[in-house]
Amino acid sequence: MTVTFRGGDANHVAAQSDTDVVGALSGVNKWYGEHHALVDVSVRVARGEIVALVGRSGSGKSTVLRVLAGLSTDHTGERTVAGAPALAFQEPRLFPWRDVRTNVAYGLTRLRVPKAEAARRAAVALAAVGLADRAKAWPLTLSGGQAQRVSLARALVGEPELLLLDEPFGALDALTRLSMRALLLELWRAHRFGVLLVTHDVDEAVALADRVLVLEAGRVVHTLDITDTRRSSADPSPNTERYRAELLDKLGVRI
Amino acid sequence: MLLGLWQLGSATGLIPQDVLPAPSLIAGAGVELVRTGELADALRVSGVRVIEGLLLGGVVGVILGTAVGLSRWAEATVDPPMQMLRALPHLGLIPLFILWFGIGELPKVLLVALGVSFPLYLNTFSAIRQVDPKLFETAQVLGFSFWQRFRIIIAPCTAPQVLVGLRQAMAIAWLTLIVAEQINADKGIGFLINNARDFLRIDVIIVGLIVYAMMGIGTDAIVRVLERRALRYRP
Repeated sequence: MTVTFRGGDANHVAAQSDTDVVGALSGVNKWYGEHHALVDVSVRVARGEIVALVGRSGSGKSTVLRVLAGLSTDHTGERTVAGAPALAFQEPRLFPWRDVRTNVAYGLTRLRVPKAEAARRAAVALAAVGLADRAKAWPLTLSGGQAQRVSLARALVGEPELLLLDEPFGALDALTRLSMRALLLELWRAHRFGVLLVTHDVDEAVALADRVLVLEAGRVVHTLDITDTRRSSADPSPNTERYRAELLDKLGVRI
Repeated sequence: MLLGLWQLGSATGLIPQDVLPAPSLIAGAGVELVRTGELADALRVSGVRVIEGLLLGGVVGVILGTAVGLSRWAEATVDPPMQMLRALPHLGLIPLFILWFGIGELPKVLLVALGVSFPLYLNTFSAIRQVDPKLFETAQVLGFSFWQRFRIIIAPCTAPQVLVGLRQAMAIAWLTLIVAEQINADKGIGFLINNARDFLRIDVIIVGLIVYAMMGIGTDAIVRVLERRALRYRP
């Protein structure tokens, strides 16, 4: 499977500094009416880094993502993002009346790419997620995993520096979820975009992230650095169990 | 079978010919009307009235429905008067329209337009309100312009229900035309029928009614084709 979006141009990201921040919030507060949804939240995602944000339902994980994505305007604090971040949701959110390739090409809207070029790049991105043969298909004919891969292709076709993922594999069955994780890592290795992954799945966070933030009632209450991760389900980090236990403990889960 | 019984009843005198002529006579009248070109002329006149009324009323109904669906301000200002107008039976306005617009083409076209605009207005309005807000959020993430939102989300998403409105509108258009043409017309299918009444030509009246029915079925079939196309993405 090819993982380049532009033939022969796969190294252009690696040439840049690895410590660049591609997305950051600093001291962000947000209220929903009386509810203090985010309390002095600071998050940093560097280029080529995967940061996971875990927390229970209602802890404010998705709100952090919405602020970073620019979908929220009424927050206070500082927001920095490199370019236009790409966002993939828990549901694929494809337009069912447009074929798969057109849906992927919509990921290039902000870049104002000419139509023919957009179609070509969409086809390449589809090939990268292993769906080259479904380019002409209607989205409603896809399986859940395929639709989510199209959604990922749409997010990545514009070669964003920051990819925001809102529980992207949460609605998939366990086996599909594993292959989606592998696909995400494969694409990430090839393009080295920064990722902020919102999830309630501790295993997923440990398997994918360089750093895991635990969010509780709108506050970042814990940060876990995963330095020795192998990022392969076949060869997990020897410390996986310890990381898992630490995160579950911080989330208030007793096992 | 039914036609056969009808023909038999007519031949044996069971069905009085001054009430219901035999099918053969009706068919003969139809052939005669086609041959003299009267039917084609009438059909052209009536067809133009329906098409003009549909276009006018359809454009007004869809534009108002879109505006009201997209804007709370438009809903507050446009919807209440529309609902009041809708409560009026539009066929009851014929005397008023004759006084206002005379007996030419204008009152007939306007009456069709008025009847047509309401189902399209209501269906467009409610279809837009039912668009999944998540699609608009996705559009915001992708950076769609207003025009792209309209073309890629609103139009395809609302098309099926707007087409339901169009089918209702078609039925109302023909109904309105039949009534309007009975009351004042010097050409068109309604005139053909009215004229036939004066000459006691029941066969011609029935031909006219059959033509109306066929036009109704025909236009409905066209909309059904559009509906299938609008929903072709569904597996």
